[in-house]
Amino acid sequence: MGEITDGFLEAITLIITLNPEIMEIAGRSLYVSSLATIAAALIAIPIGAVIYYYDFRGKRTVINIVQTLYALPTVIVGLLVYLLVSNSGPLGSLKLLYTTNAMIIAQVILVSPLIVGLVIAALSGLDKEMKYTTMALNARAYRAMLTLVRETKFAILSAVVLAFGRAIAEVGAVMMVGGNIRHFTRTLTTAITLNTSMGEFSTSIALGIILLTIALVVNFGVNFFQHYNGRMKDD
Amino acid sequence: MKKVLRVFGVFLILLAVICAAGCVSPQQQEPTQLKIATTTSLYDTGLLDAVQDYYLENYNVDLLITSQGTGKAIASAKNGDVDVLLVHSPSQEAAFIDEGYGVNHRGIAYNYFIIVGPADDPAGIAGMTPEEGVAKLKELGDAGTEGIIFVSRGDNSGTHSAEKNIWKSAGFNYTAQITGSGPWYKETGAGMGDSLTTSGQLGAYILTDEATYLTYKKNNNLPLEVIIDEGASLLNRYSIMTISPAKYPDTNVKDATDFTNWLISEEGQNFIGAYGVEVYGKPLFTPMSTLKDSTLPPFNIDCKTPVVMPTA
Repeated sequence: MGEITDGFLEAITLIITLNPEIMEIAGRSLYVSSLATIAAALIAIPIGAVIYYYDFRGKRTVINIVQTLYALPTVIVGLLVYLLVSNSGPLGSLKLLYTTNAMIIAQVILVSPLIVGLVIAALSGLDKEMKYTTMALNARAYRAMLTLVRETKFAILSAVVLAFGRAIAEVGAVMMVGGNIRHFTRTLTTAITLNTSMGEFSTSIALGIILLTIALVVNFGVNFFQHYNGRMKDD
Repeated sequence: MKKVLRVFGVFLILLAVICAAGCVSPQQQEPTQLKIATTTSLYDTGLLDAVQDYYLENYNVDLLITSQGTGKAIASAKNGDVDVLLVHSPSQEAAFIDEGYGVNHRGIAYNYFIIVGPADDPAGIAGMTPEEGVAKLKELGDAGTEGIIFVSRGDNSGTHSAEKNIWKSAGFNYTAQITGSGPWYKETGAGMGDSLTTSGQLGAYILTDEATYLTYKKNNNLPLEVIIDEGASLLNRYSIMTISPAKYPDTNVKDATDFTNWLISEEGQNFIGAYGVEVYGKPLFTPMSTLKDSTLPPFNIDCKTPVVMPTA
């Protein structure tokens, strides 16, 4: 029991004193997962809209596959990206292994299916009438899709936030392709793994608190934003 | 929608400013980078973090250290993903060199593996040789004796290889008689620290390197005591190799050569020998250069001759 309380006290000291190494690690986690989420959103939202918009053979199968990929294990993504960017792999000449860029690529692959699937789900929640009206009113398909995506922007924003949560909390992929290198590729999750295996529980707890705080702030931010916007519309 | 765009715009500008600030930060001379693959048992002691800070400050080289089990570390070296390999598994090192992947092999330090276990030593193996001790554990374990558990790394790490060697010299066939032979033998497949925790929680015996054990004992009140610490098969030798430029011509052989020479230099050896005294009251590693002649058995490795830069 003492261990846990001591750990918490020390953890809080580490956070309040802005321990430089911990701040650096937290900053890197934010950087990697933010960029990965933005990139994934830019790729996945249009894909989701296209899949929703057009009717084609095998549409259900595609959606099923996308939904299955929600559960894509992080270590599989890590292994895949590792094999791709390893020096003896097909993209080896780019020298991406053990860099934050490789970690971003891995997280983009990890969270894109989640965004694609949730965008389709959000759009499918719209009235069918609306889809056809929009299609009729817009000569160009992309304009129609843009209109429909705008209609569901809050649901899509929630999807992106969920994706960010998955990205920042995962450890398997960034460990494999980043290598948990101090001052270069160490993130909150890999640092927690390392410090736990080194018996530095208080540092692990401090890192865990920061990780949870980030998730909390992002979620509160989105909630506030949605609420605020909702009120503006009502007025 | 305009609001969303505006917020997004502000965010992008902020991001750009942060990136720009990062790029123009004053740095007289960019440090070069040397990639090192190493094992968890060496990394978890914190020695390499200390070396990393010192080496950057004094030689302007960033050591990019990634720690994995020896098996994975060797695999990433074979893929050419790192410049230098720092491990402790003589048989795997020899194979690595024979296959032409490694050059400039030098010993840097050693310490001893120990068998640790519950303080009351339920198997009664204290004072035995490592071989007698494990044979007794196997006998009691096979008989299903309550409270007899042995935890193995089970991950092809250097420590796991050392454990397999002890089983072998105790007269057992590891694959046929030990692994999977019953609930008394548990393989964690995890790093040294994690395996020690598991072992502590189970009240089990485990083979560990002394450095990780001391680190862990101090940081974590590990409820395990040293049971066996004497025997020739307990030697734990750490060595460094450069990935051969004949296999991967674009690795950083220059810094690899300099770093190897620094580790075996008087300065490097003193650094290793002093590490841990302040915190643990004793050094965690014995510098190889303290030996009269490290090329003799059981060490069998050169630790003095400076290396020259290998060419393809």
